[in-house]
Amino acid sequence: MNAILSVAGLGKTYDSGLTALDHVDLDINKGEIFALLGPNGAGKTTLISIICGIVTPTAGTVTVAGHDAIRDYRAARSMIGLVPQEMAADMFVTVQAAVRFSRRLFGKGPNEAHIEEVLKDLSLWDKRKSQIRELSGGMKRRVLIAKALAHEPDILFLDEPTAGVDVELRRDMWKLVHKLRDKGTTIILTTHYIEEAEEMADRVGVINKGQLLIVEEKTALMKKLGKRQMLITLQDPADAVPPGLDDWQLELADDGTKLRYVFDAQAEHTGIPSLLRKLAELGIGFKDLETSKSSLEDIFVDLVHTPKEQAA
Amino acid sequence: MSANWNGIWAIYRFEMARALRTLWQSVATPVITTSLYFVVFGGAIGSRMQQVGGVHYGSFIVPGLIMLSLLTQSISNASIGIYFPKFIGTIYELLSAPVSSLEMVIGYVGAAATKSVVLGLIILGTATLFVPLEIAHPLAMIAFLLLTAISFSMFGFILGIWAKGFEQLTIVPALLVTPLTFLGGAFYSIDMLPQPWRTVSLFNPVVYLISGFRWSFFDKGDVSVGISLAAIGAFLVICLGIITWIFKTGWRLKS
Repeated sequence: MNAILSVAGLGKTYDSGLTALDHVDLDINKGEIFALLGPNGAGKTTLISIICGIVTPTAGTVTVAGHDAIRDYRAARSMIGLVPQEMAADMFVTVQAAVRFSRRLFGKGPNEAHIEEVLKDLSLWDKRKSQIRELSGGMKRRVLIAKALAHEPDILFLDEPTAGVDVELRRDMWKLVHKLRDKGTTIILTTHYIEEAEEMADRVGVINKGQLLIVEEKTALMKKLGKRQMLITLQDPADAVPPGLDDWQLELADDGTKLRYVFDAQAEHTGIPSLLRKLAELGIGFKDLETSKSSLEDIFVDLVHTPKEQAA
Repeated sequence: MSANWNGIWAIYRFEMARALRTLWQSVATPVITTSLYFVVFGGAIGSRMQQVGGVHYGSFIVPGLIMLSLLTQSISNASIGIYFPKFIGTIYELLSAPVSSLEMVIGYVGAAATKSVVLGLIILGTATLFVPLEIAHPLAMIAFLLLTAISFSMFGFILGIWAKGFEQLTIVPALLVTPLTFLGGAFYSIDMLPQPWRTVSLFNPVVYLISGFRWSFFDKGDVSVGISLAAIGAFLVICLGIITWIFKTGWRLKS
């Protein structure tokens, strides 16, 4: 594959002794949407901050399109745009001035047509003459995105892009992400909203306690770890799993009104027909059957609570 | 890749725009303060004083007054310029931009120095309304103005990076720079001091700044011009060295 960003053996131990990143290797393909998924404090922001030059790593290298991010920082950084997690902007400048500033800071000459396009894509065009302090919280976040896109980056980092934003902005943001991807921009986002990764990403990397646990195509990850479950709504609530059903390792759910059966949809024998036959045989009546696939959330919870060797 | 001129320009313009937004305070404050000094020192006290070294007292204090403002304004402009992005978090953008440390310094220090030089000229203009003034060495005067503005803006830049809070930002100018300037011969010639204070004064770096600057106006100073220039030069080199070290290590900028 064509890697636009390569991270090798990256580590960061803070002066306090805290190891935020522990030997992370990661290749990002050109043009993909990559989701970095992990709980708070997993090292997502540290990883992004090192790649963008805000934090100095204690080990390893970062290469952006062949440019070492430290030795050849100019070439590397001018390809990258960063939307930070925290709201940070100069409140007294206008939207337009802020976006123009970012473009210049990243070494590009003025291009009003591009700035107009970015502002329109983010529904900021009408507000371009407003000072940032006059905008609502959601609008301010749009400004940060516009600033990151001002210099036409090849790689865009979105650190927790939808944390605390309204539905409308989330929708606009995904529209924009798709548009950028169509233009060939590589997008790396961090999130702990699993639906977000599931919905948007081509590939997902799961990070916890500074270690990258797994990197997979999203569909492959789902397939690999995707379990399905069947919920059987009982006619009469039970206090315990009825005897004779041990082979299926059932659980009681919803105060004994339901039985839960977890199965592997990829397996040759799912065990469903035999379970249903057994239920009929034992005379256990049921009103409803419902199957669903486990979400990335379940996968994620599994991974985070399982040691690396077992999960991989 | 060549220098990021766009980046330097962006920082410089941003900093200048910040001053323009508060133009009224930026100009009115020094003009009013200087006028007050002239009324008190030039008018009230100066009328009862002899000339100092053949120069009318009101005129004599002009270089010192300009230096006083130049030093404090350079420091506060540059320190706030770099401290503020740290404080509100916008420093992320500077650190992630393809801008070298030298370019960042040129942008911030250049803007701060520009503002102080303009301010110095405004005070000079105000002074001519109160006292007769002739400048013996105009080119040297401009050179001293520029060198002092640049070196003290660098000092301010270092202060802004060092500071962890607003009080630290104001404490250095208030506790160090203002006293040194007052004791540096802004309102008197150090020849007027009794010993040992005259010798002690020679350890005050600001003496050399004011003396050199005063020489460019009246063709005479407390110490020779060469020594004054060397002192400013040395200060500039020290600040430059510290800044280089800061960016090399990322001290107080990067974790």
